Amino acid sequence: MKKVVVIGNGMVGYKFCEKFVNSQKFESYKLIVFGEEPRRAYDRVHLSEYYSGKTAEDLSMCSATWYQENNIDLHTSEMITEINREDKTVANHRGAKYSYDYLVLATGSSAFVPPISGVEKEGVFVYRTIEDLETIEAYAKKLKSEGKIQAAVLGGGLLGLEAANAVKELGLQAHVVEFAPRLMPRQLDQGGSNMLQAKIEKLGLSVHLNKQTEFIQGDKAIEGLQYIDGTELKIDMLVISAGIRPRDEVAKESGLKTGIRGGVIVDNTMKTSDDSIFAIGEVALYNNMIYGLVAPGYDMAQVAVSQITGDQTHTMEEHIDMSTQLKLIGTEVASFGDALIDNNTVDAITYENKRKGTYKRINVSADGTKLLGGILVGDASDYNALFQMYQTGMQLPENPEDLILGSRGDDNTSLLGDIMDLPDTAQICSCESVSKGAICNAIKDGTCDNLGDVISCTKAGTGCGGCKPMVKDLVDATLKSLGKEVKDTICEHFEYNRQELFDIIKLKGYRKYDEVLDHHGTGDGCETCKPLVASIMASIYADTANEEAAIQDSNDRFLANIQRNGTYSVVPRIPGGEITPEKLIVLGQVGKKYDLYTKITGGQRVDFFGARLDQLPKIWKDLIDHGFESGHAYGKSLRTVKSCVGSTWCRYGMDESVSFAIELEERYKGLRSPHKIKGGVSGCIRECAEARCKDFGVIAVEGGWNLYVCGNGGANPKHAELLAEQIDNETVIKYLDRFLMFYIRTAEPLQRTAKWLDKLDGGIDYLKSVVIDDKLELAEELEAEMATLVNTFQCEWTQAIQNEEIMKRFNHFVNSDETDNNLAFVPLRDQKMPEHWK
Amino acid sequence: MEELLDIYKTISKKEVTVWFEAAKVSDFPKNGGACIKYKEKQIAVFNFERKNAWYACQNVCPHKMEMVLSRGMIGDQNGIPKVACPMHKKTFSLENGENLNGDLTPIATYPVKIEGDMVYIGFSE
Repeated sequence: MKKVVVIGNGMVGYKFCEKFVNSQKFESYKLIVFGEEPRRAYDRVHLSEYYSGKTAEDLSMCSATWYQENNIDLHTSEMITEINREDKTVANHRGAKYSYDYLVLATGSSAFVPPISGVEKEGVFVYRTIEDLETIEAYAKKLKSEGKIQAAVLGGGLLGLEAANAVKELGLQAHVVEFAPRLMPRQLDQGGSNMLQAKIEKLGLSVHLNKQTEFIQGDKAIEGLQYIDGTELKIDMLVISAGIRPRDEVAKESGLKTGIRGGVIVDNTMKTSDDSIFAIGEVALYNNMIYGLVAPGYDMAQVAVSQITGDQTHTMEEHIDMSTQLKLIGTEVASFGDALIDNNTVDAITYENKRKGTYKRINVSADGTKLLGGILVGDASDYNALFQMYQTGMQLPENPEDLILGSRGDDNTSLLGDIMDLPDTAQICSCESVSKGAICNAIKDGTCDNLGDVISCTKAGTGCGGCKPMVKDLVDATLKSLGKEVKDTICEHFEYNRQELFDIIKLKGYRKYDEVLDHHGTGDGCETCKPLVASIMASIYADTANEEAAIQDSNDRFLANIQRNGTYSVVPRIPGGEITPEKLIVLGQVGKKYDLYTKITGGQRVDFFGARLDQLPKIWKDLIDHGFESGHAYGKSLRTVKSCVGSTWCRYGMDESVSFAIELEERYKGLRSPHKIKGGVSGCIRECAEARCKDFGVIAVEGGWNLYVCGNGGANPKHAELLAEQIDNETVIKYLDRFLMFYIRTAEPLQRTAKWLDKLDGGIDYLKSVVIDDKLELAEELEAEMATLVNTFQCEWTQAIQNEEIMKRFNHFVNSDETDNNLAFVPLRDQKMPEHWK
Repeated sequence: MEELLDIYKTISKKEVTVWFEAAKVSDFPKNGGACIKYKEKQIAVFNFERKNAWYACQNVCPHKMEMVLSRGMIGDQNGIPKVACPMHKKTFSLENGENLNGDLTPIATYPVKIEGDMVYIGFSE
C-alpha cells in the first residue's frame, strides 16, 4: 500500500482527499493529512457567514467522522516544517517523521501583508482563518465597549469586500480602502465599480479609492491610516485583505523550484520539480500564475489524484476560467470571460440603471457573433445563461443587447432559450467541473430522482452555489423529459411512470399483476395499468400474451385485432413478405373455408377479416398445421420487417435485403414493447421498402448497411434518423438489440420510437452515445436481455390451441354454444363487410 | 337499433323475480368477464376476484351497438367498479351503468349472486 501524505487541510486539500476516496484505486493507497489549524477543513469562501450565525461546524467541508470512515489519518494542529526529499519523509514541528511515496502540497496561502510601517500595531489583523475571525471578534467587542467603532479593511478586492462585510456584521463602521481607482479591480470596470460602490455606500459602508497608505498611525494601538497624498483616515481597527501569498516556505527549503514572487512551480500534471511531489491550490504556480479561486484548485486536486492513481492522460487545462459570481455585502456581482478587454476586436455593450442599481456589460466580438466576457453588478440573475453562452461559444442573437436589456415585450423566455438545448459538455458547475450531461445522466440512468440526490451525487452546486438555479432547472427539465416531474403517472392506481414501474417489477421479480398492485398501487386497476404491467412483464420475462389473460389488452387477450362489428382479423406472419406459392394457396383456402374478407396489408402480408371469436382457434389451427404462426398484428410488439427484393433479383440491389429482413423479423418477432414496432430493409438507396418510415430501417449502401431509427408513418409521419453508417449484418443486429431494449425500458406507454426520440434529451446524438459508444455502460445488459427474449420466443397461437383452458376464452357465451346473433354482413365486391353502423 | 337496447333494463335486487343459474364460478375468468345468454339477452358478467364482488350488465355497448362489453377490461375509477369497452375504451360504471368518460346512455346492470359454485343473475321476467 502506497502512502500519500497531504500537507494542508484547507478546501483544496480536503477536495483532494474526497476525490481520492471516490477514485477506483483508493483501496491501494493510504492517505495521511496534516493541517496546522485546530479543526478539519472548512469553507473559507463563506467565512463572513461565521459572523452572521454560522458555526465552525456549519462551515465544515465534511462530517466529523468522514476521515475516519474513509481510513484517512488526519493530524490537525500539526505543522509540517521539513520535507526530506531524499528519504521521502516529512517532519512536523515536534520533529516526528512520516514517510511518503507521494507528497501533495496543499498548503494554500496566507494573507499578503504589504510592507507598511506600523502593521505590527495592536488592532491590525488579517482575515484568513476562523481563528483570525475569533480574534477580530474579541477585539471588536473590546472596542465597542470603549465606544470605538471605526474599522477599515485594506483591500477592495473580492476578499477585502468579504472582510468588510464581516466587519460590518460585527457592528462596526466599515471603511474599504483600495489602492486602485476602483473596487474589485481584477473583475470590474469603472462603471461596474461605481455601481457596486453606490450600492455598498447605501448600506452604510464607506469606500476610499486611489488611496495608498504610507504608514499606520498610533503609538501602541492603531489610530489611523496616513495616506501618501497627505490625507488620513481615523480608525480603531484595520483588517488587511490585500491579496494572498502562497505558503511555499517548506517547499522552498526542501529545494523545490518556486517562482520569483512565490508559489511552487508545477506542470500541467501538478507535479513539482520533484516527481513524487505535487502541489495544488493556491500554493501551486501554474502557467506562472497563482489561482486564488476554489474552482481551479478543485480541478488541480482531481488532476493530482488521477496522476497519482495512474491516469496520466488527465492534465490541467491550458486556459483556466476565472469567472466568478458571488454576493458581496448584499450585492450580486459577477464577472466572466474577458471582462475588461478593451480593443478593436471587441465591442462592449453596457447598460446602467441607477434607479434599480444595476450595471451590465457584455463584450461582443467585433463581428457580433460571440460573447467574449462581461460584468454584472446588482443583478446577476443572467450570469448562468451568459456564462454558458460565453463558454460554449454559442451564436449570439441578432441584437446582442437583448441579452442584457432583458425582455422588453411580454415574451418571457430565457436568454438561452431551452436550457436543455445546451450541449451535454456545457459546464454547469465550474467549481466542481460538472457538465450538463453529468447532471442529466444522473437522473436518466436512475441514480437520482430529485435535486438533493443530484447535488450530493454529482457535487454540482456545492462550491460557490452560483449554478444551483441552473442545476435545478436541469433537474426539473430532465425529470420532466422522463415524465417524472409533472408526476406523469400511469393512472390513478400507480404513482409511477412506466420506467419506474419497469424497474420495480424487474427488481422485485413480480410475476403477477396483483402482486404489483398490492405492493405498489391502489384500487382494482384499470385498462391503462393492466396492459402496461403485462407489457413490462412480457419484456422482462418473455411472457406471451397468454400469461394472465385478464390483464392483457383486450386484443392481446384474444390474440386478434377486434374490428368494427366485434369480429376479428387474422394475420399470420410472412417474414419479409416472402411466401411460397404453396403457402399462398393455403392462405387462399383458409380464407375461402371461413368466408373471410381478404386483403394484402401494408406490411407485405395477408389479412383476413370477419372472423368470429369462436372461429379464431379453428382458423389458427388450420394455419398452424400448414406451418404458419402468429403475426402479432394485434400486439404492441414487432409487426413486420418490410423488404424490397434486393440484390437477389433487382439489377440495382446492393445487398440481400429480403434475407436480412427475414433474419431481423425472425429475431424480433413477438417482441412486446410500449407500442408497435415496424421495420424495413431496402437493398439500395432507392428505398423501395420505405425503411425510413419505420421504427428501424436498414438500407444497403456501398460497404455495408446504413441503420436508421425512430421513423413512422401514421398521423405524424417522420423519417427515421441515421444511427450508424456502413455497418455489417452483425453490427446492425447488435445496435438494434441495444436500441430496441433501451426503447422498451425507457419509453412511456403507447409512445412510438419517433415520439420517444423527440423527448429523449440529447436526441439522436445521445441515442448514438448509448447504443454505439455505450455511454451508460448498459450495452451488455441490453444485449443479454434481448438474447433472452429472442431465445424464449413462443408462438402464442400455437400455445393457445394446445391448451383447453385458453380455448375456453374463445366461446362467445359461457353457458351456450350459440354464436353472436347480432352479427350482420353485407356484400362488397365479391366479398363481404359488416353492416354499416347506424 | 333502438329495439336492441329496449330489452335491457336495469334490475335492482328487489325487483328480481328470476334468479337465472348462469354458469359455474370457474367458467368466468378471474378479474375479468364473460358473456352469458338468457332468453334473447346477452349479459356480460364480471368477477372482481380481488374484492370478491360480481357484477353483470348488458353485453351491448351503447356506443356502436356491438356485443362486446364482456370482452372489455375491468377495474375501478375512484373506487367505482367499471368496464372498458374493447372497441373504443368507453368506460361504464358497473354499479349504476353510467358512462364514466362520456355521455352515452347508461348501460343496464343486473344483480349477481353466488351460491355454492354457481353464478346467478337476477331478472324480472
